[in-house]
Amino acid sequence: MSAADTPKRSMRTPLGRVRNLGAAHSGTSDFWRQRLTAVAMVLLMIPVIVVIMMLLGRNQAYAKQILGSLPVAIIMLLFIIASAWHMKIGMQVVIEDYIHNEKLKLVSIMLNNFFSIAVALASIYAILQLSSGV
Amino acid sequence: MQIYRWTLTMALSIVHRATGIALYVGTLLLAWWLIAAASGPAAYAHVQAFTGSIIGRLIMFGYTWALMHHMLSGIRHFVWDLGYGFKANEREALTWGALIGGIVLTVLIWIVAYAIGGGR
Repeated sequence: MSAADTPKRSMRTPLGRVRNLGAAHSGTSDFWRQRLTAVAMVLLMIPVIVVIMMLLGRNQAYAKQILGSLPVAIIMLLFIIASAWHMKIGMQVVIEDYIHNEKLKLVSIMLNNFFSIAVALASIYAILQLSSGV
Repeated sequence: MQIYRWTLTMALSIVHRATGIALYVGTLLLAWWLIAAASGPAAYAHVQAFTGSIIGRLIMFGYTWALMHHMLSGIRHFVWDLGYGFKANEREALTWGALIGGIVLTVLIWIVAYAIGGGR
């Protein structure tokens, strides 16, 4: 590190200095996205609970009609994307904290990605099918 | 590890992770429900038979609590991220708030659910 880069002289912000650093060279982006998706889910929580309440005890035809309607489909899609992203990051943190065998860690992180993406895509596909009737 | 005196905030930190892992696995239920709704009446009836059973209701109740607790506990972490609530009494208050609030919200949601869904 040259003298110009030392914190005392640097004009870079603390956030600027940590960007692109860390074990994954992605800096604080996961930290930020974890908070972003968390806030998104808090905002979506009441609409999602309302949707589920509306569908309690109702049959499939009614569920299809409600889940397939534009506002509900958008709420559900946003919730699915936020939760899948959030849980992928969260599980990766747990894996990195507790699994110290490098190979096992990489395999676990890979499976975590597969699981999160598969759950998200399956749910998204179901919502799109309910909306368009394909 | 044994020399640590367990505090509420330490225990709740573990609970935050445990509920997170439970919610992670539980997204399979959400996906199953949505796929069944898209598949047709027979598949949807299977999901309803499961969620209507005693085991299913217990799992759904546990899932509701895990979600509510994780959310409130997460908001607690968010307050800490913003740099507030680090004093001893504030830490304790936030942690108790998440613990009690999670249980209260869960019970409230189920009272409303039974009030609405019970008659259908």
